[in-house]
Amino acid sequence: MTNRYETVFILTPVLSEDQTKEAVKKFKDLIKKGRGKVHHEESWGMRKLAYPIQKKSTGFYHLFEFESDAPFVDKLETEYRRDERVLRFMTVKMDKHHVAFAERRRNKMAAGNTGDAPAAERPARRSRKEENVNEQNS
Amino acid sequence: MAENNAPGGEIRYLTPIAIETKKEKYCRFKKLGITYIDYKDADFLLRFVNEQGKLLPRRLTGTSLKYQRKVGQAVKRARHLALMPYVGDMLK
Repeated sequence: MTNRYETVFILTPVLSEDQTKEAVKKFKDLIKKGRGKVHHEESWGMRKLAYPIQKKSTGFYHLFEFESDAPFVDKLETEYRRDERVLRFMTVKMDKHHVAFAERRRNKMAAGNTGDAPAAERPARRSRKEENVNEQNS
Repeated sequence: MAENNAPGGEIRYLTPIAIETKKEKYCRFKKLGITYIDYKDADFLLRFVNEQGKLLPRRLTGTSLKYQRKVGQAVKRARHLALMPYVGDMLK
């Protein structure tokens, strides 16, 4: 019995680019090793935090959407807690609406990269935010 | 007297005074058919909190109970990930 999960974690800004990549890779490998399947991955890049965490005002956000069994989430979160590079993390189980939403969001972002964003539920705000995300990625 | 058209002390206005009509509230999620409220979209969630970052009551936003719960959940998740502040000032 597997579930869909979405996990977001924040890495400290003190890491170099290679170190960040390595940390991300570590968690990705962990998901793959734990019989999980990574459906989607998103890097939001360096973002300002709304409030300081461990005296840091920025953080490197990364998101994974994966499928695994429930006990694996515990393992993943233990690993987050052990790792000092992780400032904050959150894993949520996706319900069917969330899965559908993620699907649409992904398609929209793919379309946005090619230049024409389709009309959405919340056109102005959404697209503006996604543009920001894209800028940070590039 | 003939010129007095308000004999009983009745007040007459030249222009009708504007009576405030109650604007019908509606749940924007039901109306637009939004089924999932994303915690990653802090810009959108900002509409459901006041300047201090506190959740607005349903009586002000008109959200139905079902979606108010989801809004609350999303805001709390956004706060945890530092996408929104727990306590803020002049958010808008």
